[in-house]
Amino acid sequence: MKKLRRKVYMTGGYNTISLGTGRREFNPKKPRPGLEHYISEAGKAVLEKIGGADNVDESVIGNFMAARFNKQANLPGFVPMIDKKLQWKPAASVEGACGSGGLALTYGIRSVLAEIADVVLTLGVEVQNTVKAIYGADILAGAGWYQKRKNGHAYFFPGQFSDRAGVYYEKYGYDRARKGMARWFANAMENARLDPTAQEYHNTNPDPYGLALKMKPNGAAFVDHLSVLDCSKVSDGASGIAICSEEGLERIGIDKKDAVEVMGWAQVIRDITNDPADPAELEAIPRAAKEAMESAGVTIDQIGTIETHDCFSIAGILAVEGLGLAAKGEGADWVDAGNTARDGYMPMNTTGGLIGWGHPTGATGVHQAVTIWQQLTGKAGNAQINISDDRPYGMTINMGGDDVTVVAIVYKRG
Amino acid sequence: MTYEERLQNVSVLGAAGKMGSGILLLTAVEMADLKMKPENKDKSFVLNAIDVSPAGLSGLMKYLQAQVRKVAEKKTVWLRKMYADRDDLVENYDIIDEYIFDVMNVVRPSTSMEVAYHSNLIFEAIIENKDLKVKLFSQIKNNSKVNPWFFTNTSSVPINNLENEAGLDGKILGFHFYNPPAVQRLVELITTGKTKEEVKEFALEYAKKLKKVIVPSNDHAGFIGNGHFMRDAMHGMDEAEALAAEKNIPLYKAIYIINKVTQDYLVRPMGIFQLIDYVGVDVVSFIMSVMNPHHEDEEISHKMLDKMLEQGVKGGQHSSGAQKDGFLKYKGGRPVAVWDTHKQEYVELEKFQNECEEMMGSLPDSSVAWKSTLRMKNKEEVLGAFFNDLKQLDTLAAKLAVKYGRRSKAIGEQLFNSKVAHSTDDVNTVMLTGFFHAYGPVNIFFD
Repeated sequence: MKKLRRKVYMTGGYNTISLGTGRREFNPKKPRPGLEHYISEAGKAVLEKIGGADNVDESVIGNFMAARFNKQANLPGFVPMIDKKLQWKPAASVEGACGSGGLALTYGIRSVLAEIADVVLTLGVEVQNTVKAIYGADILAGAGWYQKRKNGHAYFFPGQFSDRAGVYYEKYGYDRARKGMARWFANAMENARLDPTAQEYHNTNPDPYGLALKMKPNGAAFVDHLSVLDCSKVSDGASGIAICSEEGLERIGIDKKDAVEVMGWAQVIRDITNDPADPAELEAIPRAAKEAMESAGVTIDQIGTIETHDCFSIAGILAVEGLGLAAKGEGADWVDAGNTARDGYMPMNTTGGLIGWGHPTGATGVHQAVTIWQQLTGKAGNAQINISDDRPYGMTINMGGDDVTVVAIVYKRG
Repeated sequence: MTYEERLQNVSVLGAAGKMGSGILLLTAVEMADLKMKPENKDKSFVLNAIDVSPAGLSGLMKYLQAQVRKVAEKKTVWLRKMYADRDDLVENYDIIDEYIFDVMNVVRPSTSMEVAYHSNLIFEAIIENKDLKVKLFSQIKNNSKVNPWFFTNTSSVPINNLENEAGLDGKILGFHFYNPPAVQRLVELITTGKTKEEVKEFALEYAKKLKKVIVPSNDHAGFIGNGHFMRDAMHGMDEAEALAAEKNIPLYKAIYIINKVTQDYLVRPMGIFQLIDYVGVDVVSFIMSVMNPHHEDEEISHKMLDKMLEQGVKGGQHSSGAQKDGFLKYKGGRPVAVWDTHKQEYVELEKFQNECEEMMGSLPDSSVAWKSTLRMKNKEEVLGAFFNDLKQLDTLAAKLAVKYGRRSKAIGEQLFNSKVAHSTDDVNTVMLTGFFHAYGPVNIFFD
């Protein structure tokens, strides 16, 4: 991709809590806030940071399956509910399964680049605890090809990634793979405990690594090659961030130092009707990341932190390999050695990622951008990591479906 | 007749009751699963849900629908395989709905007894009335052309009495589920001297398919479970009365103390008075009255129960499963007051709780909550340490607890010595699985 014709910034990020099992306030038997609440909470919080709705040119919402989880479509119609000044302005919603949030970011970036807007209110939302997990699995299966649903697992997506994990175990060894996956889980818990909005914020297990190692996958109870600790949970939540041009930043009165600049980005798509060529390898994620880095003119060793799409621990490990951080088959060892921990060589998912922070599917891409914005501008609170001058870049990788719809973005403090 | 053939036509008597509905659910699921096997696709499976109450049967069907959904949600992986040839069933939603229909489709609700005349197997779960049981068994036996087997869920009537009076001659056994049958894993299996081996074999296979734990019990009124529970309850009531007299306190305070001791100090899921309320003051009294005539040298009854019933306080549960008020009054499932038989009203715990707890003394640091023992690996060790401390303590509650523990053990040994149980291990299994105790009554903790 060519260099960006205009500077693009993100600022004013906000996350609601990720509500679901693990949060103390979550009670499946009691009524919970709906879509409207989450859209409104995240939207209002961003507006407050950017000086109000007058400053917004247009809005976009990333969402995957409100049409089934909440029996609600036409989400742009909820934007004026955030603030009545948004009525009569443009708004849209975009969908690319769990990559919807990432697509919402690209929507905002495109609008700014196209000089259609200087400030885009960008939201992601999903409210999934409306149905039991066994039915939620049906809904989430929509991220795959429906014609493969019949022969898929009851828990369709865990089944897909279980198949990938199974091949990985066979090729590279079960024990070392499980160690890497256990470390991935432990990192997620340790990071989530530092972010008050994380779903695992209240997690107190004294030995998450040991817990995950001990819990062996059991196909009779769940899927063949993953335990529940290898999976992100069911979450309700929303995230929001403002995507701005330089003029936009000036308009809202936010200093560039309090924003991140989008240095490069890419969006790639893989044919949903094809099975992965090699289940132990990702294709779309490495391509998107490579293109995004090329577009930014940076290499992986200049990047100081990455938010990657770990809907399953195996996806995190395959991404590590896809990014070239470890050779094929060595990603699990690399993770187990602590390289992706918050004090490791490449801190990943520093507020817990999908397994620790939560995975309100359509919101995740936006949440990743908020985390990178927090980390690069020193706003990550207790979860703050050290960003060194020689590796000042951050990257987000958001995936929809099984390595199908992928958005990668490279950022730097403005 | 094979296991499957036997299950092709079954009737449950008293199907709308609490026990009957659970038995119906488990059996309907088992029959529907048999029907799903490819070789059984063309066979018919019929389960008659027989009850005198049309309203009860209507409620039963609603209960079934909700419960089968829960069952299906837990075995969706298996169901997807069973419906693999059904191209129209794609999502878990579709498959679960179809399974619910398939299970319900086995069940025929009826208020008429005649439908049972075609059944190979009769489950009986009507009220604990021996004469009525005998009447229904005789009626079916005399009108049936298929010579059925009878499984009775009685918890207290000796099976050989039913066998002799209805002329069933080896074709009956006691298949005693615990409440609620869908959840409780324990089944007491009671055979008479005449019970045919094939009947017993079938019962064992059926129990295994339902994933139940079978404990054989000899044919003594009350069997093992109630044999222990009723005597344990009598001890609790005796102790409450004695305590009230000795300390010169109102009975309701003594009830509170004994209930608390039996829960917190004996590490049980609930105190003895709460358990009586859970089963129902009326039901406990009734079971005692059924057991009593069969125990010549022992009086099995209690005047406290009679008094409660005279005052119209019965306990038991609402159809929603919520606890009705009995010895204790409940709010959100927790006791909040105790019945004062003197003034005939509930007295709020707040008014006297502290005073009672002061009398009881405090729990030692080694105390352990029942719930925390569920997954404890070194349970024996932890309980041993706690009970050892209790034996050393000079507090009122510790003394009551140790005495109670010893009495509970004596009851367990009595059940073995009087040949109700084949072993003290069986007594322990019943109390562990049927009553969810953390440890069996026959132990060395309180020696």
